[in-house]
Amino acid sequence: MNAVFFICGFVAIVFVLFISIYLIISGLPAIREIGLVDFLFGREWASTASDPKFGILPFILTSIYGTCGAIILGVPVGFMTAVFLAKVAPPKLAAVVRPAVDLLAGIPSVVYGLIGMMVLVPAVRRAFDLPDGASLFCAIIVLAIMILPSIISVSETALKAVPPEYEEASLALGATHIETVFRVSVPAASSGIAAAVVLGIGRAIGEAMAIIMVAGNVANMPSLFSSVRFLTTAVASEMAYASGLQRQALYSIALVLFIFIMIINIVLNTLLKRKKG
Amino acid sequence: MEENKITVQPLSGRRKAYDRVLRFLLYFCAGLTCALLIFIIGYIFIRGLPHVTWEFLSTEPSYINDTIGILPNIANTIYIVVVTLIIILPLGVGAAVYLTEYAKNQKLVAAIEFATETLTGIPSIIFGLVGMLFFCELLGLQASLLAGSLTLVIATIPTIIRTTQESLKTVPQSYREASLGLGAGKWHMIRTVVLPSSIDGIVTGCILAIGRIVGESAALLFTAGMGMSMNNFFGSVSNFMHSSGSSLTVALYVYARERAEFDVAFAIAAILMLLTLIINLAASLVGRKLKKK
Repeated sequence: MNAVFFICGFVAIVFVLFISIYLIISGLPAIREIGLVDFLFGREWASTASDPKFGILPFILTSIYGTCGAIILGVPVGFMTAVFLAKVAPPKLAAVVRPAVDLLAGIPSVVYGLIGMMVLVPAVRRAFDLPDGASLFCAIIVLAIMILPSIISVSETALKAVPPEYEEASLALGATHIETVFRVSVPAASSGIAAAVVLGIGRAIGEAMAIIMVAGNVANMPSLFSSVRFLTTAVASEMAYASGLQRQALYSIALVLFIFIMIINIVLNTLLKRKKG
Repeated sequence: MEENKITVQPLSGRRKAYDRVLRFLLYFCAGLTCALLIFIIGYIFIRGLPHVTWEFLSTEPSYINDTIGILPNIANTIYIVVVTLIIILPLGVGAAVYLTEYAKNQKLVAAIEFATETLTGIPSIIFGLVGMLFFCELLGLQASLLAGSLTLVIATIPTIIRTTQESLKTVPQSYREASLGLGAGKWHMIRTVVLPSSIDGIVTGCILAIGRIVGESAALLFTAGMGMSMNNFFGSVSNFMHSSGSSLTVALYVYARERAEFDVAFAIAAILMLLTLIINLAASLVGRKLKKK
């Protein structure tokens, strides 16, 4: 029996190695053929043109801008909600808000995409008088909502782990409850809150289906109200019909995305470890 | 002797403002989060539920009658959930048992836990791509529900490992010692003492995994296919292996993006929301039972 459990134990490591090796093997040929610099910093993506261009700078920048935007909008709201749940809310109210946050986490991404496509996109088109509302701006809003639950639950856990003595000391010195929360509890939980932000970054950069429905999906250099393509949606939108070098280039995009994710994972792990230690 | 006088100084204006403003912001943000949820649920139900009829749920799409039904998508979703669970349950529980009961090398445990965390963080589109390359092309499964399920095995196994591990850790050490002291072998001890007392955690893990599988779309898009017609999975082994088609989520995507059938998309969204509500409720009920223990 020991051997069986031993093999099961290694399943996660095997899967991670398998995915990494597979992505590297399938992602490298196109990079070698196009050239690393041309691939990463090329400003034009025209995969089906007679003289095809495979520059993914627009996708990289869109993913970075989109993620930053989502963090700027999502983190303050998520952070404040987490503080509310952990320190301020009366227990009965917290018992209503917490399941709501869990529910928000459980909604499938295509449902977010559908709402974004049917409500947000037309609203943005009317509000800013654009020919088409599908844009980076819509994607940012959808992403900001989608990362809320991860930010809230990780920050809340970190805030709850702050030793009560810290807060009692602050209250005894005459600080108000709110002052204590923001000047004592929050700094004490800062590495956990940082982990929440990093987790949010990971979620935002990896999301595909919701933003493919609201971002318009044209390979433009990113600007707030133009139709854009992310790293994830670049893979998703051409995979169905791509072949040859174009297909291999899509694997390379996935490899670039994977490297971003691995960096984020390592940062996240260090932050969480520091909290424990 | 001087009189000891305690005076309570009122808060200065600045401190009072700080307090008020932050308190308002806290309530505002929590309210905003809840309002978003209520809006999403409300909008989906109002636009979707009127189109959910018995006929919609129990037929397949027909070009002759010009009707759309989602029975095939429901069946595909159930197929994927069942096959994925059958594989991840023994594998994930086994991994958790190894980590908590067998592994002695702490570095190895840390490496496995790091791998599990990493797996959680990988976006589903990457699982979909690798699944397509490996299961569909290299193993020759083509786009099939089986390939989709195998892809989801990789994507959802961390959920089972983590929840099982958490609940194995809550089993008191004395149970194990008692069982071993009575002469039980290690495997016998695990099977008769450790696993039964952590069954709640395993069930929670399964419910969470079902939630993840039902909501998954990017990993299935290129692995399980986008067909809308009914499969006869159990007709023969080759049917079981090669049936392909879209799950509820992929069907929503196809109807909304490619066919502009928005009523159908909203109806599917309403069904997915109902499933999400049920799954969350079930998970919190089991979780509460676990806490009581």
